[in-house]
Amino acid sequence: MHLTPEDFSAIALSIKIAITATVISLPVGFATAWLMVFSHFRGKVLLEVLINLPLTLPPVVIGYFLLLMLGRNGWIGVFLKSFGIELVFTWKAAVVASAAVGFPLLVRSIRLGMESIDHQLLQASRSLGAPWYDTLATVILPLSLRGMLAGSSLMFARSLGEFGATIIVAGNIPGLTQTIPLAIYDYASSPTGTAMALSLCIVSVALSVSVLFLHEVIGKQLEHGGKA
Amino acid sequence: MKLCIDIEKRQGDFSLALNTEFSGERVGLFGASGSGKSTLVHLIAGLIKPDAGEIYLDDTCLFSSRNRIDLSPEKRRIALVFQQATLFPHLGVKSNLLYGYKRCRPAERRIKPEAIIEVLNLGHLVGRGVGKLSGGEKQRVALGRAVLANPRLLVMDEPLSALDDSLRYQIIPYLRSVSAEFGIPCLFISHSLIEMQLMTERVLVVRDGRLASISTPDELARTGMATNPRGYLNLLRLDGATQKDGLFLYPWGESDLIISEGRIGEESLFELSSRDIILFKSHPEAISARNLLECRVAELFDSDGRKGIVLESGGKTLVAEIVRPAAEELGIATGATVFAAIKASAFRRLG
Repeated sequence: MHLTPEDFSAIALSIKIAITATVISLPVGFATAWLMVFSHFRGKVLLEVLINLPLTLPPVVIGYFLLLMLGRNGWIGVFLKSFGIELVFTWKAAVVASAAVGFPLLVRSIRLGMESIDHQLLQASRSLGAPWYDTLATVILPLSLRGMLAGSSLMFARSLGEFGATIIVAGNIPGLTQTIPLAIYDYASSPTGTAMALSLCIVSVALSVSVLFLHEVIGKQLEHGGKA
Repeated sequence: MKLCIDIEKRQGDFSLALNTEFSGERVGLFGASGSGKSTLVHLIAGLIKPDAGEIYLDDTCLFSSRNRIDLSPEKRRIALVFQQATLFPHLGVKSNLLYGYKRCRPAERRIKPEAIIEVLNLGHLVGRGVGKLSGGEKQRVALGRAVLANPRLLVMDEPLSALDDSLRYQIIPYLRSVSAEFGIPCLFISHSLIEMQLMTERVLVVRDGRLASISTPDELARTGMATNPRGYLNLLRLDGATQKDGLFLYPWGESDLIISEGRIGEESLFELSSRDIILFKSHPEAISARNLLECRVAELFDSDGRKGIVLESGGKTLVAEIVRPAAEELGIATGATVFAAIKASAFRRLG
């Protein structure tokens, strides 16, 4: 197995993007799941459809929409430019792409966890003197940890493999925005790159196995913690 | 505690409309499943919102659609004990117990954790996790948690229905003692008449989302005597048993009550159905039943074609049930003396 400095940079970048996308999305995902499970409001179905849309849309389409919005003439792009921030064709754009694609998976997992919480626990908490935000922090949050962990692992893994949306909105610039899948794509397009592509594939598999392993270990610990 | 309720609530096909005012320290809410008891509890506790109306607890307005007041559950200070213990699974016994206490204003912390741990006998459980507790222990922790929130009103929503019979009657003394020792008014919800008799002093009967009547548990038991498959249940707390010939002898006035299944050295609660008492006008010559009590008829009452006879014996009262023709034949009237025969096996030890 042989890895070039560019490959190492792609691996580091992939991990950096996946971690950033997951960390940024986690609080938003938790809040969204909470809204969907415990609140009643108009337009809930619409929100549900919007959240799940990236699951059914081709990632390239998502990337293209993001490009339109974040680009120089896009409404978010123009707004960010007034603060001197430019996202398109930077690693940050890849974070946005990963977050958009992985978000429904994250919300779905947290929701599953939240839906399994006995509503009487929340009623007990409220009647024992806890305001809603206290119940959220001391009952819903700790009992959603497993769902959050599962969602984060899924989202992290999905971000590591993100290709379609990333290539459109962040490009494929070695050392700058080239992640593992984009590097593999480059090697696969070259007649001499088979061994290099395979090396990166092995790294990819190792990363995914590590994430799943970590997920299992922390999950088990949480389970024991819950029974304490 | 004084509760004034004038509310309406519609939930699908079910509608609840109640307008009543009652006071008391141990009030029961009695009704069949689906009669609206739990809905009413949720409305009082602020967990669901009435469509219209008003709820006052003592002088505090909890809800008023007219004045646009809707106190949030945490501000009502009404603690709930549910059918299931609903302990927080991620917290240990101690953290569960202190959950409400920590959220109670220091000035209102009248009941201290040490006191409740002693009364509910929780000392050996405090260091444990909630997953390792038995059903009865869980319910005791839930009760302690609710009481430690120092509530203005403790609402117990069928707290015994998830427990088996033996556990149920083990928990009842605890329920009674927290209410009595700490002076917390209780609203006790159940569909069991016997629980009402043991736990409450006044009962609101709810039927199909409406208030059917307000009475005492004893009146309720008398009214339902004819329709209840086990008649009127006499509840007897007896102590000081001795054993003779495999039977238990409990002091009863100047004589003894002979019972098949008793317990030496501890107070026991027995139930005796009004249908298990046979009345004789004069002393029978010989009888297989172990108990033959000379009684004075203190009162007679009617229940749907049956006659209830309140008997005074050994300074205590028992209710026997006979059909009306039997009452006429025996010529039973208030003040008369009759003999009550009761088999030793007719007494069922509850706990």
